[in-house]
Amino acid sequence: MSKKVIYGIYDDDDVILQAVKDIREKGVHIEEVYTPFPVHGLDHALGLKPTRLAITSFIYGCVGLSLGLLMMWYMMIQDWPQNIGGKPNFSLLSNLPAFVPIAFEITVFFAAHLMVITYLMRCKLYPGSTACSPDPRTTDDMFLMEIEAHGNEAEIIALIKETGAVEVKEEKIA
Amino acid sequence: MHYESPIREPLILEGKTLHDITEDVARPIEGKANKWWWALFLLSLAAFMWGVGSLAYTAGTGIGVWGLNKTVGWAWDITNFVWWVGIGHAGTLISAVLLLFRQKWRLSINRSAEAMTIFAVIQAGLFPIFHMGRPWLAYFVLPLPNNFGSLWVNFNSPLLWDVFAISTYLTVSLVFWYMGLIPDFAMIRDRAVKPISKKIYTILSFGWSGKAKHWQRFEELSLVLAGLATPLVLSVHTIVSMDFATSIIPGWHTTIFPPYFVAGAIFSGFAMVQTLLLVMRKVVKMEAYITIKHIEYMNIVIMVTGSIVGVAYITELFIAWYSGVEFEQYAFLNRATGPYWWAYWAMMTCNVFSPQFMWSKKLRTSIAFTFFISIVVNIGMWFERFVIIVTSLHRDYLPSSWSMFSPTFVDIGIFVGTIGFFFVLFLLYARTFPVIAQAELKTIVKSSASQNKK
Repeated sequence: MSKKVIYGIYDDDDVILQAVKDIREKGVHIEEVYTPFPVHGLDHALGLKPTRLAITSFIYGCVGLSLGLLMMWYMMIQDWPQNIGGKPNFSLLSNLPAFVPIAFEITVFFAAHLMVITYLMRCKLYPGSTACSPDPRTTDDMFLMEIEAHGNEAEIIALIKETGAVEVKEEKIA
Repeated sequence: MHYESPIREPLILEGKTLHDITEDVARPIEGKANKWWWALFLLSLAAFMWGVGSLAYTAGTGIGVWGLNKTVGWAWDITNFVWWVGIGHAGTLISAVLLLFRQKWRLSINRSAEAMTIFAVIQAGLFPIFHMGRPWLAYFVLPLPNNFGSLWVNFNSPLLWDVFAISTYLTVSLVFWYMGLIPDFAMIRDRAVKPISKKIYTILSFGWSGKAKHWQRFEELSLVLAGLATPLVLSVHTIVSMDFATSIIPGWHTTIFPPYFVAGAIFSGFAMVQTLLLVMRKVVKMEAYITIKHIEYMNIVIMVTGSIVGVAYITELFIAWYSGVEFEQYAFLNRATGPYWWAYWAMMTCNVFSPQFMWSKKLRTSIAFTFFISIVVNIGMWFERFVIIVTSLHRDYLPSSWSMFSPTFVDIGIFVGTIGFFFVLFLLYARTFPVIAQAELKTIVKSSASQNKK
């Protein structure tokens, strides 16, 4: 059985949002949607799970805070305590006020950079990665819906046209 | 869904559609530079070269070639450092704070403001590094083990806090900016016809294709980065102000410094954004996106922060008198009436008096007047830092060591050089980067473009 993908191309974000809802209601699985900008509510309409990036960022921030405090405690109190300007370094607690700024900066540094790295890895974005959008106009002003057909092409094409697509394309895949 | 009242003025004019935005953002990149661009670029490059020469001379001979003496140990270098860091505050403020407050007018200006931030922080970073005298030993500020030649760094020192604050700020601003750029580079890539530019933008766009899941993550990432960058941007100038506030120099040793510096930074940053964007919107034809409304909003920010700075100046004077400390009182009397009176009154006129014109709707919607005030504010904020640093130092506790500061051609060369370097970077950016965050701007076409407002 040959597999085919059907691309429905739309020119309006509200139309494709409604189309996604209608088509999914019919029990048809939508493979992917490519849009030129973030369409609000599209992730919900497609039934995508909420992203956990914010949670990872929180964890990275906690790691950064702990490592930052550990570093300052080790360098200033454990390894080589000094008496600078009549202000000796005896314990983490008594030195904590002076450690607040750098502890904060390291927390932000870890939370931001590690979250960005996680995002790039999860989305497989890196220099040299190739774009997989079937139509280059999806970064301009077109919205593309991709549905896999298993012998029911005519049905799907009709469905896409019905929901207001301006263009429908078919492509065979191995 | 985002709903906006039809009464509110449109943020995108001339009936621009999604495809028009693509065309307009891609035009400066795909087109050729005009004579004005080349003239400005060569001028900036010449200034930059003077700066490179001055920096090389400083590094080769030592910082004795600057106008510093043993009383005034900090002058133009730290003035310029604080000035550039301050300018570097508007970008993140616009993109992060205004994102958290859901201010849609940020979308046309955030990309350029963030570019300005990054380029300004690069200039700022040069000054402390060269002030070290041996810039090749700059890695001594990093927490490296003792066998690298020094003891561990002192984590109680505000100067070290600065190292962490500025480097965190620079790198976080950079990735925040770049994450927003990826979808826009993808747009340029998909239009590119020349093989070389296609190749370059393919690499820069990291293979972005606009999948629904990726956009979902993108929005979460932007929101969390904005949430992290907001306290970060406030912490950076707070920590810069602590370089002064934690010392015991009269005129520096004040608790008002952190909020006062942050307000001043936003003030000068917005002024620099105005200076750059008023020219850029004309040259790259972005008048439909950077509208009078945007300019007016920024002028209101300038007016508010300028007034906060004014209140801070007056509070400083009051507290100096109220404290009863004669050294403190003298420091402020000397600022206003001593040998540097002209710097003090230049600062007062430029920063406190001039933004008050913005109460008038007619003046704050005038492009020529806004440009003039933005330059005045930039000058005023440079004088503020000069006043704080030099007039506080030049007459210390010991009258026999009182002295004056005058810059040498090397001081001037480095300062002019950083301005040149800044404009070189900004001009190159304006020709090769999407100067408007077009993907995000496209989300407000339905709610805020002029044709949908009727």
